[in-house]
Amino acid sequence: MKSAVLVFPGSNREGDVARALHMVSGVKPAMVWHADSALPQGTDLVVLPGGFSYGDYLRCGAIAARAPIMDAVRAHAARGGLVLGICNGFQILCESGLLPGVLVRNARLRFICREALLKVERNDTPFTRRYARGAIVRYPVAHGEGNYTADAQTLKRLEDEGRVLFRYVMPDGHRDDAQVLNGAANSIAGIVSEKLNVLGLMPHPENHVDPLVGPTDGRALFESLVGALEKA
Amino acid sequence: MKARVLVTLKSAVLDPQGKAIEGALRSLGVPGVSSVRQGKVFDVELDTSDPAKAEATLKDACEKLLANTVIETYRIELVD
Repeated sequence: MKSAVLVFPGSNREGDVARALHMVSGVKPAMVWHADSALPQGTDLVVLPGGFSYGDYLRCGAIAARAPIMDAVRAHAARGGLVLGICNGFQILCESGLLPGVLVRNARLRFICREALLKVERNDTPFTRRYARGAIVRYPVAHGEGNYTADAQTLKRLEDEGRVLFRYVMPDGHRDDAQVLNGAANSIAGIVSEKLNVLGLMPHPENHVDPLVGPTDGRALFESLVGALEKA
Repeated sequence: MKARVLVTLKSAVLDPQGKAIEGALRSLGVPGVSSVRQGKVFDVELDTSDPAKAEATLKDACEKLLANTVIETYRIELVD
């Protein structure tokens, strides 16, 4: 698996995700600077890491979404290439038009840094094939603007097309939109593109891959990607 | 010429920052404030002196970067 991790000024989770990719696939990803205009030849997977690209100036992810490398990412996605945006990476994907909707300030205004419970809504995607359908997993969250919002029509389309891949749930495994930690519409934590090849999610699977740290629920996401690419 | 661009959240979009400011004004005892919505102001200087051209440039800037039209609306004011 050839993966590329994009690095913007202000990214800070690129090391974590590179480590997770290396650990699971055995191959170190290429680190690609935002001002580059091309991805390394043969890139299978592009990862947009978490952080505070451009200091969250203007809107989270707004400036990074217009960086030179993003044209190459759009072309990669249009070819069906895999793209994973985590946290700030999700914000960048929304701002760049690769995913619909937007992430706004958390409903209760607090920066939330803790573990979140998520439901994996489907396992027939390249990102979730190593999870059981409906599995409840624990990933850490760390964001101030993770409140997913879109117009009613877009939300309906996402639901009808089964494009909500990860949803925040309560300890009993059921969603509660009134109590969801950041106010996200329909308790949305992660969505995929129409062709299922672009995933944006707020929580951090890359931080739960090593037993030394604690749970390893995030590992299966990276294993899914490795599996999907081996099959292809 | 100079222009001012105002970007505000659409009325249907929840504005938690505006709400917090509203609450703070209330706790300060500032009377008669029923609602606060927070937005952004961009003061822009343009090379052109043609208002139509300025308006077109700023509209382009808003659509491409200054506003996220999923949640925000913008207003362009030509200053002089």
